[in-house]
Amino acid sequence: MRPRVYMDANATTPLLPEVVEAMRPYWMERFGNASSIHLDGQQAHAAVDRARETMAGFFNCHAAEVVFNSGGTEGDNTALFGLLRPGDHCITTSIEHSAILQAAQRMAQNGVETTFVDPAPSGLIDPAEIERAIRPHTRLISVMLANNETGVLQPVEEIGKIAGAAGAFFHIDAVQGAGKVPFDVRRFGCHLCSISAHKMHGPKGVGALFVRRGTPIEPLLVGGSHERRRRAGTENVPGIVGLAKAAELAMLSLEDGTIPRLAALRDRLEKGILALPGTGVNGARQSAPEGRHENSPGQAQRSPGKDANNDLAPRRGAANSFVHHNLGAPAPDFGTWESANPIFNDCHPERPRAQRGGVEGPAVASSNGIPVPRVANTTNIWFDQLEGEALVIALDLKGVSVSGGSACHSGATEPSHVLMAMGLDRNRARASLRFSLLKTATEAEIDYVLQVVPQAVEHLRALSPAAAGTLG
Amino acid sequence: MTTPETIAVAMSGGVDSSTVAAMLAHGGDSVVGLTLQLWDQTRLAGKHGTPDAPGSPTTGLRRWGGEAPKAGRCCSLDDVYDARRVAEHLGIPYYVVNQQERFERDVVRPFVAEYLAGRTPIPCSLCNNHLKFDQLLQTARSIGAGRIATGHYAVNEYDPARGRWILKRPADLAKDQTYFLFGLTQAQLSRTLFPLGRLTKPEVREIARRHGLALAEKPDSQEICFIPGGDYKRFLAAYLEEQGEELPETAGELLSSGGQLLGRHDGIFNFTVGQRKGLGISSPTPLYVLNIDPASHRVTVGADEELATRDLRARRLNWIGIPELTGPMRVKIKIRHRHEAAWATLEPVSPASAGADEVLATFDQPQRAVTPGQSAVFYDGDEVVGGGWIA
Repeated sequence: MRPRVYMDANATTPLLPEVVEAMRPYWMERFGNASSIHLDGQQAHAAVDRARETMAGFFNCHAAEVVFNSGGTEGDNTALFGLLRPGDHCITTSIEHSAILQAAQRMAQNGVETTFVDPAPSGLIDPAEIERAIRPHTRLISVMLANNETGVLQPVEEIGKIAGAAGAFFHIDAVQGAGKVPFDVRRFGCHLCSISAHKMHGPKGVGALFVRRGTPIEPLLVGGSHERRRRAGTENVPGIVGLAKAAELAMLSLEDGTIPRLAALRDRLEKGILALPGTGVNGARQSAPEGRHENSPGQAQRSPGKDANNDLAPRRGAANSFVHHNLGAPAPDFGTWESANPIFNDCHPERPRAQRGGVEGPAVASSNGIPVPRVANTTNIWFDQLEGEALVIALDLKGVSVSGGSACHSGATEPSHVLMAMGLDRNRARASLRFSLLKTATEAEIDYVLQVVPQAVEHLRALSPAAAGTLG
Repeated sequence: MTTPETIAVAMSGGVDSSTVAAMLAHGGDSVVGLTLQLWDQTRLAGKHGTPDAPGSPTTGLRRWGGEAPKAGRCCSLDDVYDARRVAEHLGIPYYVVNQQERFERDVVRPFVAEYLAGRTPIPCSLCNNHLKFDQLLQTARSIGAGRIATGHYAVNEYDPARGRWILKRPADLAKDQTYFLFGLTQAQLSRTLFPLGRLTKPEVREIARRHGLALAEKPDSQEICFIPGGDYKRFLAAYLEEQGEELPETAGELLSSGGQLLGRHDGIFNFTVGQRKGLGISSPTPLYVLNIDPASHRVTVGADEELATRDLRARRLNWIGIPELTGPMRVKIKIRHRHEAAWATLEPVSPASAGADEVLATFDQPQRAVTPGQSAVFYDGDEVVGGGWIA
């Protein structure tokens, strides 16, 4: 069997050998429950502590601000369910992962109104739009660091400042961005930040949520005092150890030339595919009219519940005795962050310099228009005159793993809400493929893919409905 | 890796198509399994009294092989699960391909329109024409498979003398599905395999067992796949509401065959030719629906004897056994799936130009409840000559 080429890193990644090795002792030898008093428990507890220190270095925060959990979805759900109360207003974007979107929809039933800000056609969120959406009772702003489908990096630092000025909490879904770009929750100015191990060569089923000291988060899972009563449940020790190791390796990879090398491979792949007629990148250029569909008039499709006059408006009435008028509630006291405790003032001593840096990821090189910042490994490309699903399958049968512009939910495939929110024509959204490279990608793999993609595209385009139809 | 010899098997999660996949995979052919995702079962579930979808949280898990479940419905989430497990057991690649938009456009919408026009539609034949054979073949070709295979009970073979692909009734006449396949073109027939055509259902289950397929005992799906519980009236109401459309007002008069006003009805879609129940008229002798007039909304009822007609007209014809009908021909005709084919003389109706698009069939014996919207399929012995839609 021909070895496969895996270009779906944004879906998941394999464990690195060092991660497997780091986890190994904790399955059968140091298997204790970290809450137990005896030596077995202590060993497990120590491993979790060490992992916590590593994660504190990764985030640039205090160890006590790290909460281990089951992954990005749990972190995202916790940020919304744990913070928002009836009567609150929440601002997020229409390109978030469904762990945020569906949590927001559910919160609507609890009297929380959410505004979903749309991106520009380039896939970038405009901080001014976030600012415009702020109301007196805005309690939480949630914006992703890097979009999983397009790889576009959002201006989280600016948004952090806006949140700070407005006295709102700020959550960043960093599931895709973590390990790909320099990371610093203090520079980002966020109170909450979700990450997931399996997107950065760690195991599935484990992640971490940064919870800034003083953030009043209600736990999602109760039943024990684990994670300082912020997340009950026996610690997944091997998973946590794996997460920490993955994070450590990710930080190193930001300094050792991996990122520029990956960007070069991705750029070569992208350029090669774009040489085919009738193709284009989703999420590339700012202020280019390209992203908007030429054929359909009017607005791009909006995500559900764009604003107040819809079914996400908070319910009024006697039953809602928990309506909480946030006007006049004290803003979170940001003053104590810097002043009182010197621990919070210093960068974690172990943090690699690159991790702290102020540079967003490498931008897209493009011949016209202002390039949009993007993670180094992702390109999302639309293909005219073919069915995206058929191309994904055709590539799969040739040994190449990529994903399409649709998400599969309970057997029904819908075009990507992200691409639709960017204003992409529905047919193009259904014919978009995401190529996301592993850090271990090679030139030979790019060569192979650049060989099979044009073949597959040509084959599919030759089967136009008139030619291929068999109806008499 | 696919080659033009690769066969794409249409897998519904049922015993028949699973057995086909097993037979072909073990036979050494290069096989890929495909399930067409045609209809989102959760879409109208629970609306207007339609049952919950299988696989939804309130219906619980299905287990078969142990306790006997209720009769299945095709292509639910559970069925996709079953198909996927079979593919994994056989070691073949497996994909779910979304064709919901096309199915809704080419099968569901016409289905609704037919009922509202006072006819009784058969979605399964339309689905075969548009989805299972046209779309599936296109999809198969797009992934590099030259042929498809399905679990239909039918036989197709090439007759060099006539230079045509022919379609014949299967060995197991109780499972004969040729009635729904009359619309297949030569192009489609030449690229399709029906491996079950010469087997009986019990034999198929036995083959499934021998291949270690756990679903060998799974009950057959009996219903229209997108109508839970078979209640098409609830489906119509739920679907139209979801589309934001009004159920058209088609209430009208109930008349006797003599023209006498017997009562009123709520809507023509409540009736089908030959129907006896639900007329809302008390009568000493049983009354049956004879005719539904979509223009005037009049429904005519009469005695059993009046249901019989000697002839029918069929349009939008497809020919399999012959290239076209140029003169009168003696055939046996089925006017319903569960109908014993009856002798008739078939004649083309048109000015004498080539390719009549309408035929007149005159039965030797009057036939009961010839229903507009159903298909009339013409047989010459075992062979399907062709067929069309009853006007």
